[in-house]
Amino acid sequence: MESYHIQSYCHIRDQEISLNGTSIFKSGETNFADFIKSAYKILDTHYPKFFKMDSLSKLAFMATEVLLTSETEKNMALVVSNRAASLETDRKHYNSLVGDNPYASPALFVYTLPNICLGEISIRHGLLSENSFFIFEDFNAEVLQDYADNLLATGKTEKALCGWIDMDSGKYDAFLYVVAKSGMFDHSKKEINRLYKTE
Amino acid sequence: MDKVYLSYNNIVSAYGFDSNAAVDAIQAETTSLRLIEDNRILPQPFCASRIDPDLLFNVHAQLGPTEPYTPLEQLLMVALGKVIAASGLELNNRVGLIVSTTKGNIDILEANRSFPEKRVYLAELGKMIKTFFGFQNDAIVLSNACVSGILAIAVAKRLIQQGRYDHVFVLGGDLVSKFILSGFDALKALSSVPCRPFCKTRMGINIGELGASVLVTKDENLIIPESVALLGEASCNDANHISGPSRTGEGLFRSVRSALTQSGLAIEDIDYISAHGTATQYNDEMEAIAFNRAGLHTTPLNSLKGYIGHTLGASGLVETIIGMHSMHRNKLFASKGFQEIGVTQPLNIIAKTTDRKIDTFLKTASGFGGCNTAAIFQKVGP
Repeated sequence: MESYHIQSYCHIRDQEISLNGTSIFKSGETNFADFIKSAYKILDTHYPKFFKMDSLSKLAFMATEVLLTSETEKNMALVVSNRAASLETDRKHYNSLVGDNPYASPALFVYTLPNICLGEISIRHGLLSENSFFIFEDFNAEVLQDYADNLLATGKTEKALCGWIDMDSGKYDAFLYVVAKSGMFDHSKKEINRLYKTE
Repeated sequence: MDKVYLSYNNIVSAYGFDSNAAVDAIQAETTSLRLIEDNRILPQPFCASRIDPDLLFNVHAQLGPTEPYTPLEQLLMVALGKVIAASGLELNNRVGLIVSTTKGNIDILEANRSFPEKRVYLAELGKMIKTFFGFQNDAIVLSNACVSGILAIAVAKRLIQQGRYDHVFVLGGDLVSKFILSGFDALKALSSVPCRPFCKTRMGINIGELGASVLVTKDENLIIPESVALLGEASCNDANHISGPSRTGEGLFRSVRSALTQSGLAIEDIDYISAHGTATQYNDEMEAIAFNRAGLHTTPLNSLKGYIGHTLGASGLVETIIGMHSMHRNKLFASKGFQEIGVTQPLNIIAKTTDRKIDTFLKTASGFGGCNTAAIFQKVGP
C-alpha cells in the first residue's frame, strides 16, 4: 500500500498563529473576536464574508488561509474534528429563544452545525470534495489517519486537509495539516500527535 | 479490499419499536406525521413525527438501566440494544461504534433539565452508549448535518477496509426540540401540514424523531435476508452556499457519479432511488437537476419524509434501512404526499406502492454546509 506524508501544518492557539512550527502572527488580545480580526487584517486577507461567520468558522477559515495560500490541488478532502461541536453558537441560538423577547435568528441558526465551517472552507477554496466532521473527547490521530488514508488509497481524493478545530466558551485550539503523496513528515499516528503538541 | 455488508437493523419510531413496525406501516402508505400542539417547543401547532416519551421510558427500562438517561440516550440505547443482541457479537476490540447525530442532547441547554451541562457534549453521548453496552472502543461521533446518517455508514465501511474494525454498529438519532423547530421556523422552512416532497404544492419540511441502528460488517456469516452490500459511496461538497443548495446540483451530481464509478455499475443497473426529498422548494429542485444530470430521471424514486419527516442525524441511516427492507420485499414504496410534479426536471416519482423486483438502490442525502452523500447498495440476501 502506498504511504502518505504530511506536507504542511498550522496551529492557532494561545493568541498565536504558526505555520510549520514558525510563528507568523502573535497578539496580546485575549478575546477571540479581537484576536482573529487582527490576524485577518495583518495577514492581509480579503474576504468580506469572514465577518458574517461564527467563531468556529472564523477559526477554521484563518487556519486554512495560512495553510492553503500556495496550494493548487482542488481535489482535497476535509477530515476535521473537535470536542465541542458547534456549542459556542448553539448556546447563543438557545439563549435567544428564551427570556422575555424570544427570537430565533436564521443567520445564527445556520451555524449551529459543526460542519458549516467545512462548507465555508469549501466555498473559499473551491473544494468540491469529501467532507466529514467527527467529534471526539480528545484529539484522535488514529481515526483521522485511517479515514484520510482510505480516501487517498481509494482515489477519492488527491490530498486531505485534516485536523482539529475546537471553540468552546471563548477558548480555541486549531491544528490543521495537509496529507499528500509527498511531504516533510510521515503520515503516522506518532507524527500527527507530535505535530499536534508542537508549539 | 473487503466487501462490506449491512446486516441486523432496528428502527425506533412513532410507528413502534422495531424495523418491521415502520416498514409495514410505510408499505401500507400510513404516515406517522401528526399535528402537535406543544408550546414548550413552538408557540404555534406544528406537524412532526414524535415518539411517546413514556412508552420509550418503559421500553428503555427493560434494558435494566441503573442510572437516569436523557430521552435521546434512551432512544439510541433502545435502537441499538436489539441489534447487538441479534448479532450475537462479542463487543471486543474489533468492534466499533459510530454515532450519527446533528444536535445530540441539545435539550439539556434548557434550564429545567436535571442533567449536568457536560452531557450536552456529543462525545459524552458517545461515552454513555459505549459504557452502557460495554464496547471496548470509544464511540466515533459523526455530526455532518443532514448527511450524517448515510455518511456514518460510509465511514463504517472505510474504517473496516482500513483494518481498524471487523464490525461497526452504526447508530443515529435526533429529537424534536425547541432548538431545532425554532431554527427551521425562523428559516420559514417548516410545513404546517404533512410534507409533500417533489410535489407542486410542497410547502417545506416536517421534523421527525427517530432512532435507527444497523450492523456494518465484513463477515459473510452475518448476512441476513434483508442484507445488502455497500458497493460504492461518495460525499462531495457544493462549495456554493452554507444553507442553500447548489442551483446546478453540483455536489450531489458528483457524489452520485463517484459512488457509481466505485460500484462498477451502470445507470441502468440502479432499480430504485431513495432520495433526500425534504419538500423545501430549493432542495427538491436541486435534487431533480442532479438526478437529471446523472441520467437517473426515469429511475423510480421516492422520498420517505412524508412518512417519518426529516429525522436529521438518523435520516440517511433509517432511509437506508427502509431501502433494505423495500428491496427484500421487492416493493417500491409510494412517495407519500406526492400528487403532481413540482420540479422543473422530469423524475419518476413512485405514486403508488407497487411490486417490483429490486436488486440495487441508490441512497442520497444533502445538507447544510453544502454537503451531499450518495451510496449504492446491492441485495445479497437469499
